[in-house]
Amino acid sequence: MGRMLRLVFAIAGKDIRLELRTRTSLLSAAVFAALMLVVFNFARDPTAVATLDLAPSVLWVTVSFASVVAMNRAFTVERENAAFDGLLLAPVSRELLYVGKYLANLAFVLVVEAITLPLFVLFFNLDLGGAFPPLVLTLLLATAGFVAVGTLFSAMVAKTRFAELMLPILLLPFMVPPLIYAVKVTVPLLARRPLSEVIPGLNFLAVYDVVFLTLAILLFPAVVDE
Amino acid sequence: MPSADPPLVEARGLARRYGAVRALAGVDLTLRRGEVLLVLGPNGAGKSTLLRSLAGLLRPTAGTVAIDGRLLTREDPDARRPIGLLSHQSLLYDELTLMENLVLAGTLYDLPDPPALARAALAAQGLAQRADDRPRSLSRGMQQRAAIARALLHDPALLLLDEPFTGLDAVAGDRLRELLREHCTEGRGMVIVTHHAGEAWELATRVGVLLQGRWAFESPRPSDMAEFHRTYQELARG
Amino acid sequence: MTPDLGPAYAVIRRGLVLTILGIVGVGVVMLLAIQFTPVEARQGLAQKIFYIHVPSATVTLWIAMPLTGLASCLYLWLHDLRFDRFAAVSAEVASVFCLVVLTTGPIWAKPIWGTWWTWDGRLTLTLFLFFLLLGYHTLRAAVRDPVERGRFSAVISIMGVVLVPFIHLSVYLWRGLHPQPIVMKPSAPSLPPEMLRTLLIGIAVFILMYAGMVTLRYGIQLVRDVREAADAA
Repeated sequence: MGRMLRLVFAIAGKDIRLELRTRTSLLSAAVFAALMLVVFNFARDPTAVATLDLAPSVLWVTVSFASVVAMNRAFTVERENAAFDGLLLAPVSRELLYVGKYLANLAFVLVVEAITLPLFVLFFNLDLGGAFPPLVLTLLLATAGFVAVGTLFSAMVAKTRFAELMLPILLLPFMVPPLIYAVKVTVPLLARRPLSEVIPGLNFLAVYDVVFLTLAILLFPAVVDE
Repeated sequence: MPSADPPLVEARGLARRYGAVRALAGVDLTLRRGEVLLVLGPNGAGKSTLLRSLAGLLRPTAGTVAIDGRLLTREDPDARRPIGLLSHQSLLYDELTLMENLVLAGTLYDLPDPPALARAALAAQGLAQRADDRPRSLSRGMQQRAAIARALLHDPALLLLDEPFTGLDAVAGDRLRELLREHCTEGRGMVIVTHHAGEAWELATRVGVLLQGRWAFESPRPSDMAEFHRTYQELARG
Repeated sequence: MTPDLGPAYAVIRRGLVLTILGIVGVGVVMLLAIQFTPVEARQGLAQKIFYIHVPSATVTLWIAMPLTGLASCLYLWLHDLRFDRFAAVSAEVASVFCLVVLTTGPIWAKPIWGTWWTWDGRLTLTLFLFFLLLGYHTLRAAVRDPVERGRFSAVISIMGVVLVPFIHLSVYLWRGLHPQPIVMKPSAPSLPPEMLRTLLIGIAVFILMYAGMVTLRYGIQLVRDVREAADAA
């Protein structure tokens, strides 16, 4: 068990260190998110649509798109370096490789969200108060789900010609259920509805996470083993 | 006298298809400890495919590979432990320092005290001064030495080399030959894929020529290199 | 070397026969729908398209997708490219049927509800299915090596098949509806026996169409693959 953790953190740490050195995708993703929020703000008619109706959709669409930008990086790095062979050669099971990659990707996307959420609150003039912790929980649950699928898919598309385009094409249908449920949970949260109303939605997100994380771990060896 | 231990490498009936193309069409290979096999052949003969199959990086469409008696399968990652690879693409991350690269490798192979071993490995290659530099700031010869440090870090019993002399000048080439000579002892074996027999002739105990995915020639190293060259030209001409 | 295409051509012939039977069957269903089935009270004549719309959706969802997923699993397990060929062909036919659903939907919706598109559960689910299938075909087109293409396609198709129930649930949640059985409960509160009969015949016909088109397309692909193998040898 200790060995597994050590390996997973070594692999995840390597990816995080690489990203900090090059700083390309996190920066792009954060800028992209900020830009989207600004555009959404200007694009709406403040007299026509109530902020609270629009805000959750804006948040989640922004988060989704920025995540795809952040995740694309994970395997292009390996491909550029041809260093992935080094990971495949080692006596490390493919499942552990996936978990390491997954944790790194999760960290990237959570950083983007950590930048996006305050901007969101600022631009939309929201007063979160007690809704903040459940909102963060929702963010975590939804993110865990589509990063699981994104990590698996980016391993596949890294080898294809149009990697940057392929990942969104393949990933977006898989982001829809977490997106819908996240919005469904965010709306009552922002309207300060009681927590009991959002529990079913959070349960759904958790189920989605468990199912797709498990499936991704099972299918990852088929993707990377030639 | 044949030993009771399993051979270091035992490959039987290796075949690998890419769609309609047969990269390997039934290759047997037995390598005992202490042996060095030189693999020659024209481009597209299947040399890299063979090496990658022996490394466990490619799953053959037919046939098996056993390292030290253990079958290379997806379910048994440990079977890969005795394997080291020196490819013409280095297995190093460009944006990590040499130390970071080697410490990562040490962790992946469950070595005790990876930083100390990494430092020692770099020192052995004369790279102690460059330990905190990144691969891209090194010359080709030094990059090769860094790659060697990584490959030998976990003291692999089986060393697989894919055209290791490519791009090296005479001095670097001699150095590599010397290093490989030292490395190849009773307990270790090597498979060297190369374009020119002369590059590693002295090291080899066996020589094989791969043509269109099959052995066209495979035997203990002939004593006369010039004669072998003639044979090789004829075979390559078809 | 001329390859032996005999068996492949036999498959094409069989597929052609089944497909033609299927087309005839569709004609029969339309005939039944127009002449021998009562006109639905509220929706009038436009409702007749229901007998094409629903069977297409049913066969796509309950036959084409599961079979594609199953073939993908079998390919990953047994590494036999025939399963990959079947999965790809089944996915193509599923895409065609999706298009049928997505075009008959608006044709049905316009006269009745006044809009071309409704975000109704079945239509929305089919739209997402179509996007999944587009992603599947795009990925296949981007990968050159057949073995790798087979593996990647299988992974995407298995993930996609598991996603379908999640989309189903989230779409209905979004619309605020309770999940309804798609097939047996159309907008009418209860289904008169003649309607039910025509519907069931419609489903059977579309199953026949699926089998025919898959066989036909499989045969064509088989011819291509055999020719390519012979050229490379």
